[in-house]
Amino acid sequence: MSTLAAFGKLPTLNSATILLVGTNEIFQQQLAETILQEKQDLKINIHLADSLPLPPERDHIRPRIDLIVFMVNMQSKHSYSNIEASLVHVDASFFLGKVCFLATGAGRLNQISIEVNAVLKLADLYCSPVLFCELECEKIRIATAQRLLRMLRICAGHMSGVSALSFSSLMKSSIGDSSFLA
Amino acid sequence: MERAPTEDTASGRKTMGHGTNFISTAHLSRGRISLKRGNLFGHTPAKRRILQTPRMQENADARIGFLLRKQLTLYSVTPLYRFSYDRLQEYSRQLCFVIAAEKQKGLAIHVEGDLKLKVKFSSLSVLKTSEKGQAGVLIQVTAENAGPKVVWIGCFCCTCGDDILETVMEDFTCFPLFLVNGAESLSAIIGTWLQQTFDCSFSLLTISPLNLAWMAAMWTGYKIEHHKRAMELTFSVPGTSQPLDISYAIHAEDAKALWDSIHTTQQEVRQEQVNLFMDGLCYHFYRHFKIYLSATRLVKVSTSVACVHSDGKIKILHSAYLMEILALMTELAISQIL
Repeated sequence: MSTLAAFGKLPTLNSATILLVGTNEIFQQQLAETILQEKQDLKINIHLADSLPLPPERDHIRPRIDLIVFMVNMQSKHSYSNIEASLVHVDASFFLGKVCFLATGAGRLNQISIEVNAVLKLADLYCSPVLFCELECEKIRIATAQRLLRMLRICAGHMSGVSALSFSSLMKSSIGDSSFLA
Repeated sequence: MERAPTEDTASGRKTMGHGTNFISTAHLSRGRISLKRGNLFGHTPAKRRILQTPRMQENADARIGFLLRKQLTLYSVTPLYRFSYDRLQEYSRQLCFVIAAEKQKGLAIHVEGDLKLKVKFSSLSVLKTSEKGQAGVLIQVTAENAGPKVVWIGCFCCTCGDDILETVMEDFTCFPLFLVNGAESLSAIIGTWLQQTFDCSFSLLTISPLNLAWMAAMWTGYKIEHHKRAMELTFSVPGTSQPLDISYAIHAEDAKALWDSIHTTQQEVRQEQVNLFMDGLCYHFYRHFKIYLSATRLVKVSTSVACVHSDGKIKILHSAYLMEILALMTELAISQIL
């Protein structure tokens, strides 16, 4: 199976799984560690991948993935094209609120190799929110980790009354009109 | 600036006297906003027009020669307050005194012996591209008793920045781009004086990899008969403990052939074309060395026309395309001060 399905498997009891996709291993590792340091009453599984599709041979032991985070390093064109190619392998049902883009390194405008607009456009195309963050800065990293965890809880169905889809539509309205992207 | 009476604001209609003043201000702010909107997140335009600047006269070469083949540092400058072309001599005298005073204070101006420094402000009409455009301003510091030898030059220019000239307020003169060559210590003194005298602010004009890619592509396309040199791109590898640079040189003819096959529009250069050009070069490199240059950061572009570094240093090698280069740098400087 080449595409990653959102509802292909049954959820595991009292746990949630997040998949971080990105070419920068150091950032992935850092973010994963920060997420794990947060106190949680449920079990968090973090899976790291540099690109999709995931290897099919271990598919049977992989839990259901509740949230995919695509990490785009704004200073590397390669990471952007890699994410672009990976998105093809994600089932459409994921884009009903279970995908989020994380743009890193956009703070230093004079060093970016991808236009910020290009990332906003990509996210708009896939109906998913973008978070901006500088992973080098510890405070921002912790805040981002908390934010992702909150999203993960919603996506995994641990927040009563909020579904992933309703949450992502809320996020969309907060982004405001995307008319400037035209 | 005088403010219009409030009733004009309320009616919003064009009236005489003060009212006109108000209307013009409103127009100005609107112009600035529209410029800003187009430049959200400092993104580069989707296409750039190829400038049709009139070729400079032959004798112009001598007048702009001081800009060529020298390492120039680029600064972006906010509009100058109360600058006047009629007072250039006065400025020369004042700045001369300031430098002399600083030297007496014993601040390190690195000059051997006791050099007598003379400052000269002059207007540079060569850099004027259109009727409405304004002449550049050249500041030269010469060491009198050593030649005389020019020890420092600074040059204000606003090449093809006509649209920003329309939006600046009365009493302000806009020179978005300032080029400097010379000793750091002198740059610091003169920079401080200029900022205090004209209530402006200087900042180093750093160039993003996106814009460097534009330069690589556009400058490859320029026709040059002699003094051809290979195009060289320098990439910096991120995430290493020691700085690691990859230098990628391409024969000028090969680069031009590639660019000519991509660049099919005569009047303009498009973002897609620039991307295609860079992707082609990077892919070729990957085929040979299995290194993704797209994962690294472009920091330096050097072509037959000019050589530019991301930290705001430029060396212009050919007078033929000076105006095009200055126009592009002015555009970047404008986007930095907006």
